[in-house]
Amino acid sequence: MLLASTSSSLVSGPVTFGDIALSLFLVLLAAVISRWQRVGLERDMAVATLRSFVQLLAVGYVLEFVFTGHGWLTPLALAVMVATAALTSGARARRVPGSRRIAAASVSVATVATLGVLAAARIIPASPRAIVPLGSMVITAAMNTTSLVMTRLHDDLAANRREVEARLSLAQSSHQASLPWLRASLRSAMLPSVDQTKVVGLVALPGAMTGMILAGASPLAAIRLQLVVMYMLLGGNAFAALVASTLTARRLFTPAHQLVRQLRRTPT
Amino acid sequence: MITAAPRFELRDVRVDGDEGPIVAGFSACVPAEGLTAIMGPSGAGKTTLLRLLNRLDDPDGGVVLLDGRDVRTYDVLELRRRVQSVGQVPVTFPGTVADNVGPDVTALLAHVGLDPALATRDADRLSVGEAQRMALARSLALGPDVLCLDEPTSALDATSKGGIEDLVRHLADEGLTVVMVTHDPRHADLADHVVEVQPLRAKAVRPVDGDGSTPDGDGSTPEGER
Repeated sequence: MLLASTSSSLVSGPVTFGDIALSLFLVLLAAVISRWQRVGLERDMAVATLRSFVQLLAVGYVLEFVFTGHGWLTPLALAVMVATAALTSGARARRVPGSRRIAAASVSVATVATLGVLAAARIIPASPRAIVPLGSMVITAAMNTTSLVMTRLHDDLAANRREVEARLSLAQSSHQASLPWLRASLRSAMLPSVDQTKVVGLVALPGAMTGMILAGASPLAAIRLQLVVMYMLLGGNAFAALVASTLTARRLFTPAHQLVRQLRRTPT
Repeated sequence: MITAAPRFELRDVRVDGDEGPIVAGFSACVPAEGLTAIMGPSGAGKTTLLRLLNRLDDPDGGVVLLDGRDVRTYDVLELRRRVQSVGQVPVTFPGTVADNVGPDVTALLAHVGLDPALATRDADRLSVGEAQRMALARSLALGPDVLCLDEPTSALDATSKGGIEDLVRHLADEGLTVVMVTHDPRHADLADHVVEVQPLRAKAVRPVDGDGSTPDGDGSTPEGER
């Protein structure tokens, strides 16, 4: 089991609220740069700082509660995360009819499939402490993938509608007619996680691993978890991209293999 | 003067745009024989009407009949095999001319007046006129009964124009039902039948005397054809 308890912490001790207050100095620095260079982001920075504090504090309490004998809340926690991801992704791809439902479907499938495999194969324990953080990672990745696929496929089909309709006119089904752009959207959605997996460790030490190392785990334990996380994200992204592209294509054509009117009238 | 049953009949057709109808109350017949020109100024909804014939779009009101049957009752892919459509600007797919046209490429290129040696050329390296002919060959490869053409000569220079006009005339003479949208008044002479489409900004319905068919043009559109 990868998430077995770690050895003693290498960090001198837990971060205190006082430490957080001190680290705000770095935010202040960013605000000064923003003001000095007239970037105009000081207000956003203040809001972001405040929000991050409140949100993470709340989440910290919720997780603490779930992990201490309230594990039955895990599915609910995942459901809330999936719903939030679906709303966010759906809003990003507002142009696609039914975008929220598509996002809900693709994020759910990605989450259930990856966590299901990991838990069923006992690679991770089916405990809240494993499921919730890994779930949040795969949900975030699936959300970004889904937004990308939906917007890309919509915009590509709108921009290439003459060619799409030429293919339809030659009696190709809507699936055949959209295939080149379907592939392009899948590819562009899956490439980032493939590339990240390729260069991992050479360029960036990713989150799960750095977190474990900071918490005092041995680097070898940390990389084993990180590998599982990367493979999970690769799989999750592929699932999300496949579901999102299939459902999006379906919403952009009528059952009679016609481009939906709204798409044909999108200015390009 | 139509003796046989029409190939297409449009009955009281309405197609809605974002800002009101593009065409409304439109009725017309397309005979099975010969070349029918759908004529009228830009924005009258000619392209919109043509798109109804192979169901790239469906009317919001009225019906379109093919050989006496509502087009919506045919299997749509089968319908599109029978009713081929070539757009204003030729679309070439990636690959060679042969990849675009299919196994009968040699015969089909000859049929549309292209050198069969072009078969191995990259389709996107054809001139616009050549590409338009290739698009016709690609459509003919499906063995259609009807060929719908949307302003097939408008993107071409004068020489290519004449060539395509002759080809279209020839295909109609071979027995294909050809429907051609055009705003070029000269095409009235090329056609056997003319269907007039009038943009009606004023609400009055103006009957139009066609040559053979009895269309009743109507419709207005603030935007261009698509």
